[in-house]
Amino acid sequence: MDIALVYDIARWEERAILEAARKRSISVDLLHLETQPLTVNGKPPVEADVYLQRCLSYANALSSTIALESTDLRVVNNSRAIAVAHDKLWTLALLSKAGIPTPRTVIAFSESSTMKAAGTLGYPVVVKPINGSWGRLVSLAEDEETLRVILEHRVYMNNPFLKIHLLQEFVRKPGRDIRVFVVGDEVPVAIYRVSDHWVTNTARGGRAQPAPIDGELRELSLKTAETLGVEIAGLDVFEDPERGYLVNEVNAAPDFRNTVAVTGYDLPGRIVEYLASTTRR
Amino acid sequence: MKSRCPICGREALLPDDVMPGEVIEHDCGVTLEVVIDGSRALLKPLEIGEDWGE
Repeated sequence: MDIALVYDIARWEERAILEAARKRSISVDLLHLETQPLTVNGKPPVEADVYLQRCLSYANALSSTIALESTDLRVVNNSRAIAVAHDKLWTLALLSKAGIPTPRTVIAFSESSTMKAAGTLGYPVVVKPINGSWGRLVSLAEDEETLRVILEHRVYMNNPFLKIHLLQEFVRKPGRDIRVFVVGDEVPVAIYRVSDHWVTNTARGGRAQPAPIDGELRELSLKTAETLGVEIAGLDVFEDPERGYLVNEVNAAPDFRNTVAVTGYDLPGRIVEYLASTTRR
Repeated sequence: MKSRCPICGREALLPDDVMPGEVIEHDCGVTLEVVIDGSRALLKPLEIGEDWGE
């Protein structure tokens, strides 16, 4: 059983996956995209039973997965799941359609329609691009004036996707959100991301603490993963005082260094074991 | 394995099984990326891409 690690930048997580595989005598080959080209519908530079997609760059992740899938190779996560998870709008649309609770969301395509939508949604309102990660360009508009300033900044950005504004209600979180991990049909570990700031991403300074996983959260997480088609994922879940759990975002190649540090849970080991088990089926 | 920090010029110790593309925190506080050139491991400053994320 061979696993290939598809990556561009190797951080603590990728090194941990490698070490976890070694401990279990599972062979891991490296597919480093900067040095190894991929032939469409051709022999890959590294042959393996399963390819674990761990690129930091979304463009690299999606393109390399599509290229590998052209040869009918199994990539985790697959290209559709990567694309869906990267796109916040696509994610929220599919989850909402599946009956999974999410924050109220509107998208708007111009300054005037965004102002109108915010008025309907009610201030404060969260403004974010439909794609992106680590909390980049996520803003909180307390009032019309703040929102107008945020939108003016976006006008001068070249990327057309940054001119589609995803507005969300401001969920009154209890000073934290939950990062839940799904690996196959298991929900092995979760953390709270605690912060005095309303943005709780650990990449933005949120502190990690172990979090319990109750039956409702487990079920919600598995349904979310199934709906988006992700096999390995990190879900961002809010706790709304009235509605309970709301799924906000899904990450297809999640960071987990802080999770391992505060929980002691061997998540890289679980990922490797999952990949090994699925190729033996 | 040894290399050299391109910023401060001091020596940088790397694991024997260092991976191409691996991120290294050097003593001088700079985050570096490993580039494998034949049997040599070179270091360059890590440049974060705008589409990087989870």
